[in-house]
Amino acid sequence: MSGVIVLGEARRGELRPVSLELIGAARAISEQGAGPVTVALIAADAETYVEQVNRLGVQEVLVVPTPQPQFEAHVTQAALEALIEQRRPSVVLAGHTIDSLGFAPAVAARGGLGFASNVTGASWGEQGLRAQRGAYGEKLIAELDFPDKQTVLLLLRPGAFAPAEGSGSASIERVELDLAGRARTEHLELRDPPTGDVDITKADFLLSIGRGVEDEDQVAELERLAERMGATLSASRPLVDAGWIDAARQVGQSGKTVTPKVYLALGISGAVQHLVGMSKAQTIVAVNSDHEAPIFGVAQFGAVADMFEVAAELERQFE
Amino acid sequence: MKILVPVKQVASLDEDFVLGEDGAVSSQDLDWQLNEWDSFSLEAALQLNEGEDGEVVAVTVGDEQVEQNLRSCLAKGADRAIRVWDDSLRGADALAIASVLAAVARSEQPDLVLCGVQSSDAVESATGVALAGLLDLAHVAVVTGIERAGERLTVQRELEGGVVELLGVSLPCLLTVQTGINEPRYASLRAIKQASAKPLDVSSLADVGLDAGTVAAHAGSHTTQLHEPTLTAGATMIEGGTAEIAARIAEIVKGAMSA
Ligand SMILES: Cc1cc2nc3c(=O)[nH]c(=O)nc-3n(C[C@H](O)[C@H](O)[C@H](O)COP(=O)(O)OP(=O)(O)OC[C@H]3O[C@@H](n4cnc5c(N)ncnc54)[C@H](O)[C@@H]3O)c2cc1C
Ligand SMILES: Nc1ncnc2c1ncn2[C@@H]1O[C@H](COP(=O)(O)O)[C@@H](O)[C@H]1O
Repeated sequence: MSGVIVLGEARRGELRPVSLELIGAARAISEQGAGPVTVALIAADAETYVEQVNRLGVQEVLVVPTPQPQFEAHVTQAALEALIEQRRPSVVLAGHTIDSLGFAPAVAARGGLGFASNVTGASWGEQGLRAQRGAYGEKLIAELDFPDKQTVLLLLRPGAFAPAEGSGSASIERVELDLAGRARTEHLELRDPPTGDVDITKADFLLSIGRGVEDEDQVAELERLAERMGATLSASRPLVDAGWIDAARQVGQSGKTVTPKVYLALGISGAVQHLVGMSKAQTIVAVNSDHEAPIFGVAQFGAVADMFEVAAELERQFE
Repeated sequence: MKILVPVKQVASLDEDFVLGEDGAVSSQDLDWQLNEWDSFSLEAALQLNEGEDGEVVAVTVGDEQVEQNLRSCLAKGADRAIRVWDDSLRGADALAIASVLAAVARSEQPDLVLCGVQSSDAVESATGVALAGLLDLAHVAVVTGIERAGERLTVQRELEGGVVELLGVSLPCLLTVQTGINEPRYASLRAIKQASAKPLDVSSLADVGLDAGTVAAHAGSHTTQLHEPTLTAGATMIEGGTAEIAARIAEIVKGAMSA
């Protein structure tokens, strides 16, 4: 009863980058004593990704073919349950991704596993596995342990762990599981988001606004400010949900990932799903009335102030 | 159709909170609200049952002070509310909460369960699908659209980058609902007054056939410590009045753009 199983994740013929981060994290805890690292690829086209996940520190790659071509949560759930049953790993690592959210909590609850999601740190010691995650909307960090759990399933936050490097010499095994009839949803189609009037991923300067904005009229004012400053207007999700801003201008996990020269954030708290979309901007400047706002953790420059007062003064600065 | 809507009251830390010597957060430093995601799942439930002969039941695992939130769900149109509580549940994680909700669902036998994708304080994004697992219900996570034709739902699952997957799923099932799926309603003053007459059932763990030990055994993790993040990076703060702040921002922007 030992070892680490990593669940690789792929979509539309591409291995998702979080897969390599999971392997990096697995290798680290393996070196701390958690046992050998196995990467499981549960997908119809699993073979395709074998070489990409065969990294330094990986002992074994499991190719687990599924009956249907697309990801299906209940099939992956059944496959993972079977793998855990057969191998009894100490640790299972998957990404805190949309696909994982569809099956991992069910696997953990049904199997009585140790479990934590949105994990930003993990280590192995004498007491077994320990993990770190945010609490109270990321304002605090919680340290976790998993007493009396034979297997612990962690969902690691994308971007929080260094990706695995080098090429490995893993053995490859094909695992045939009986997954026929396990699907409980029917795939109809995948739809790409509509392309809007502007491509914010191409902009050098984004003026980005969040829920500090309280009504739609204020959006128009800030749009004028952006124009005057030579910036492109972008936004966090709530303004898109409210229908005040086009979805093509949304920055974050379910929107666009941007890397402008300057990202000026007004009234954005800095939720994880927002940060993954903009933390690689060259210069981040944040204005927020709350000095504890997590956005100040990724910004180079910050100001605790009312965004509308600052906006009014900025108008003058860019006359 | 009977729709069960698990709702959570979330705690945000106010601006001047202090972490106690014991590493615990004092409840005085907390602002309580209905979880943002749950106002969308409640609205989805109300819309699905519009003009239908059904029932929307809001359920929460929480102490007396969350009752106000349940009342507001009733005011918005839920038919009934259930609150389950035991002091041993304070700080319970998603899997423990799911085990309590499972007990409620087993006695309610809903056709559909609508959870939120996540709660804004814990951000576990796990309770709903864990509940589906315990009940062995079909489930879809992160849903931005629901259409019903008889026993069949066509739902939209929102993936990274705004890509959407359309899929079919049959009742009974559980969905976790994403923000933006609809426009949550406000309750009228009249509805708020009438809500006090709607049934709000309060249960103990024993009432739903559980005990503290069974629930604790479901917990996925144990918190050993809470602490403030150690900022490795962190922003250089611009001090001064708004005019000075704006002038400095203008300078930073112009510098960075010409670099
Ligand atoms: C699966 C999933 C995908 C998601 N995808 C995305 C995504 O792509 N992009 C995204 O942004 N979010 C996304 N979210 C939502 C995300 O979790 C947050 O809810 C969202 O980012 C919060 O936006 P916000 O910072 O504008 O709002 P809030 O968190 O409400 O923050 C508003 C901030 O404004 C400050 N403020 C208020 N008034 C003022 C003022 N007058 N002056 C200055 N500051 C003020 C407040 O202090 C606060 O910090 C996703 C969530 C999920 C579950
Ligand atoms: N204490 C609770 N009572 C009722 N429902 C809850 C509770 N905690 C979580 N939920 C449900 O689970 C969803 C996701 O929460 P979480 O898994 O904590 O991120 C919420 O939107 C609610 O629908």
